[in-house]
Amino acid sequence: MDVAVSISNLRIEVAGNGTDIVDEINLSIAPGEVLGLVGESGSGKTTVGLAVLGHARRGVRLAHGDVTIGDAAMLQLGDVALRHARGKLVSYVPQDPSTALNPALRINTQLTEVLEFHDFGGSDQARRERVQEVMSEVLLPSTPEFLRRYPHQLSGGQQQRVGLAMAFACRPSVIVLDEPTTGLDVSTQAHVLTTVRQLCHAHNVAALYVTHDLAVVATLADRVAVMYAGRIVEQGPAAELFSNPSHPYTRHLIAAAPDMSTDHEMIGLSGRAPAPGKRPVGCSFARRCELAVDQCRAEFPAEREVVPGRVVRCIRPFEVPERTQHMAAHSSPIAASATHALLVRNLCASYTGHEVVHNVDLHVDRGECLALVGESGSGKTTLSRSIGGLHREWTGEILLGSERLAPSARNRTTAQRLRIQYVFQNPYSSLQPRRMIGDSVARPLLIGGASKTEAARKVGEMLERVALTAGYAHRFPDQLSGGERQRVAIARALVSRPEVLVCDEVTSALDVLVQASIVELLGELRRDLGLAMLFVTHNLPLVASIADQIAVLADGKLVETGPTERVLHFPEAEYTKRLIADTPQISALPER
Amino acid sequence: MSTIDMGMPAEVVEVEPRKPAGVLRVAFSMWRTRVGLAIVILLAVVALFGRYIAPYGQSEAVGLPFKPSGKTRKPTHFGSANVGHDVWTRFLYGGKPILIAAVLATLLALVLGTTIGLIAAYNRGKLDEVLMRSMDVLLALPQIISALIVISMFGATTLIIILTVGISTVPRIARVVRGAAVSVVERDFVAAAESLGESKFRILRSELLPNVAAPLLVEANLRLTFSIGLISGIAFLGFTPDPGAANWGLMINENRKGLVPNHWGVTLPVIAIAVLTIGTGLVGDGLSRAAAGIDRAKGDS
Repeated sequence: MDVAVSISNLRIEVAGNGTDIVDEINLSIAPGEVLGLVGESGSGKTTVGLAVLGHARRGVRLAHGDVTIGDAAMLQLGDVALRHARGKLVSYVPQDPSTALNPALRINTQLTEVLEFHDFGGSDQARRERVQEVMSEVLLPSTPEFLRRYPHQLSGGQQQRVGLAMAFACRPSVIVLDEPTTGLDVSTQAHVLTTVRQLCHAHNVAALYVTHDLAVVATLADRVAVMYAGRIVEQGPAAELFSNPSHPYTRHLIAAAPDMSTDHEMIGLSGRAPAPGKRPVGCSFARRCELAVDQCRAEFPAEREVVPGRVVRCIRPFEVPERTQHMAAHSSPIAASATHALLVRNLCASYTGHEVVHNVDLHVDRGECLALVGESGSGKTTLSRSIGGLHREWTGEILLGSERLAPSARNRTTAQRLRIQYVFQNPYSSLQPRRMIGDSVARPLLIGGASKTEAARKVGEMLERVALTAGYAHRFPDQLSGGERQRVAIARALVSRPEVLVCDEVTSALDVLVQASIVELLGELRRDLGLAMLFVTHNLPLVASIADQIAVLADGKLVETGPTERVLHFPEAEYTKRLIADTPQISALPER
Repeated sequence: MSTIDMGMPAEVVEVEPRKPAGVLRVAFSMWRTRVGLAIVILLAVVALFGRYIAPYGQSEAVGLPFKPSGKTRKPTHFGSANVGHDVWTRFLYGGKPILIAAVLATLLALVLGTTIGLIAAYNRGKLDEVLMRSMDVLLALPQIISALIVISMFGATTLIIILTVGISTVPRIARVVRGAAVSVVERDFVAAAESLGESKFRILRSELLPNVAAPLLVEANLRLTFSIGLISGIAFLGFTPDPGAANWGLMINENRKGLVPNHWGVTLPVIAIAVLTIGTGLVGDGLSRAAAGIDRAKGDS
């Protein structure tokens, strides 16, 4: 096999104490091939991506191993040689294009800079032509007016295309992409992904695509490598790996990923990956693995090729852990009552006089989950904050049961405030860092007039209910992981037994396995407590696993509402159709 | 089907409850803070309790003015001061008025400044503008000049000195608190408290205040250092509640005429004021380093 880049036995450690961040990394990518490097946050995937450029973050050391591109050994190059290799031989597309481009330079200047540094083409004329060419390759206009723009005059998608153009400008043989579409809307993401794929195939560029998003990898990558706790646990061709994963961790990842097929239920996994320095002797996944046997704990399984082209580090490949099998657990709907738990009529919300949500009508019944779906800027958060009483500038009607709510939470009664609860997007900012968990969760009860002992008892019960222990009451938020914090936030919202729960992108800051367990928890609580839930998200596949009804919001207007299955499989509005088509999915692997 | 009844270890390590990275704890693990605190405590003890070991009364004459030790009528350590008082006795008595006024003025500024800063940060809008612009006006007046004007208008009573020094310090604290609180107000836990209908006072006290405590501590300490200097300066210029009572700042002024025959009347209070401000400065430096995380244990990002 022709190889563009190969990584062998790479180990990267913390500079001071030699703790391994990643170890035993073996990868190779053929020209024109896209390799997806998948892992949760902290798994070391970005560290590996940067090592391909011969770069290590501050405080991190490339301990041993080789990265070979063509005949250049990247880790042995000196500073000057490395600088010349970067951009020409291997280039990098970072995560956030808005911070990666220099805001003070016109995009033409930034593009030409790369070419001049590597003396591409030999003349200014040739370089000008190359800029024109690469701009059309990334499907951007190459008119002088456009090239004279500053980064802030471009949209997020256009900025990322400029980033791609810079990376492809000198025709490198390898390109490293670090989650380049994370901040983009699905339709923009779809276009960028298509561009990446076409460019790599057309110009025979090997691409290392680093991401946490399995669905993106499924639509883009030819081969996939899965990382867990600093090791690659499995690699193989994308289609085979997704249809029949061999490592139990991969199987868990896929089971946890949201998917639009309505019979798919997301399944989470408890625990978390061991941090560097706390990794066990044996397989680092053994502690969370149902298939683990003594041998797993004794030593880390060596790489072996189970099927041609598929390498896995597991002694029990292809065995299926029980918990990844899907079970039909759909609840019977709760009998409809005469009034809706939450009714929104003709709601218009604005910011400083500028209307951003227009005439929205929706309702949620007891025990029902309504997903409010929209891209960024669609007004979904403004709408949900209006319902929660956190945004006051709105007109129209919000009825909680039969009571009409005042715009601001401050003007609602205590009972009303407790009957409708809000869970925030980011669990890292929704808990007061200097207050113990128990005190945070107890507040709604104390406000509702409960005694301290009664509150403490209920807090303990509630923490158990969200799959934590009562002992968590005495901890501070910084002692908890993101998933645990979000459970605490849910406990705080539910402790006063509200009727309506508004969840604003509650899983978007979490890893896929954690996301799945939070979604599982919410579904279960909704069934048991008969909650009416408004689930706000931009993530369509996630909706399939949790919602009964979908409301699609675009530019502040409701474009479509209906039962989940109907909307996802037979969308009526043009906007919904486009949104669904652009959403990457694991189950819908494109024909190759 | 919950994630906990899987029988799998949740990998939960039981940890003792602890405050998240306390600034005080970190600060007092640094030598500079400890040395600073030792200096401050030593001088505070001298200022508050020194009078009990003083050999003479503070208005008692020990001989002729400005005589060095050994040439006074009664035995002295550091000779006599301007009207024949014992320098050592005057020194032991003279710290208390300065220290107490400085601490009270700083406390006053701390309470008012924090309140104004938090209210401005939380309410934003017009109230913020009005409060902070009036703070800017106060800030534009040099502290020593405004203090002198007020004192010459209302007299140099202890209360007036504390009020003028305290109030002229308020805008500095208010600015720091507002700056720190503005970013805290944006965080979701404040919205969570609002959605529960917590009172504004509770939001300021329980949600905002604990999260601006670190910069507030640093600033309060810096302001204490400045207040000590300012009050000594005012006393040096002759504005003290009781012109007959000993006072370090006043001592420097009175005894500078006798600098040649007996320099101790100036040197002792100068050293005391300098060392005291160095001490509070070291404590403040330690606090600010802890708050900024400069000397944090390595590997802790």
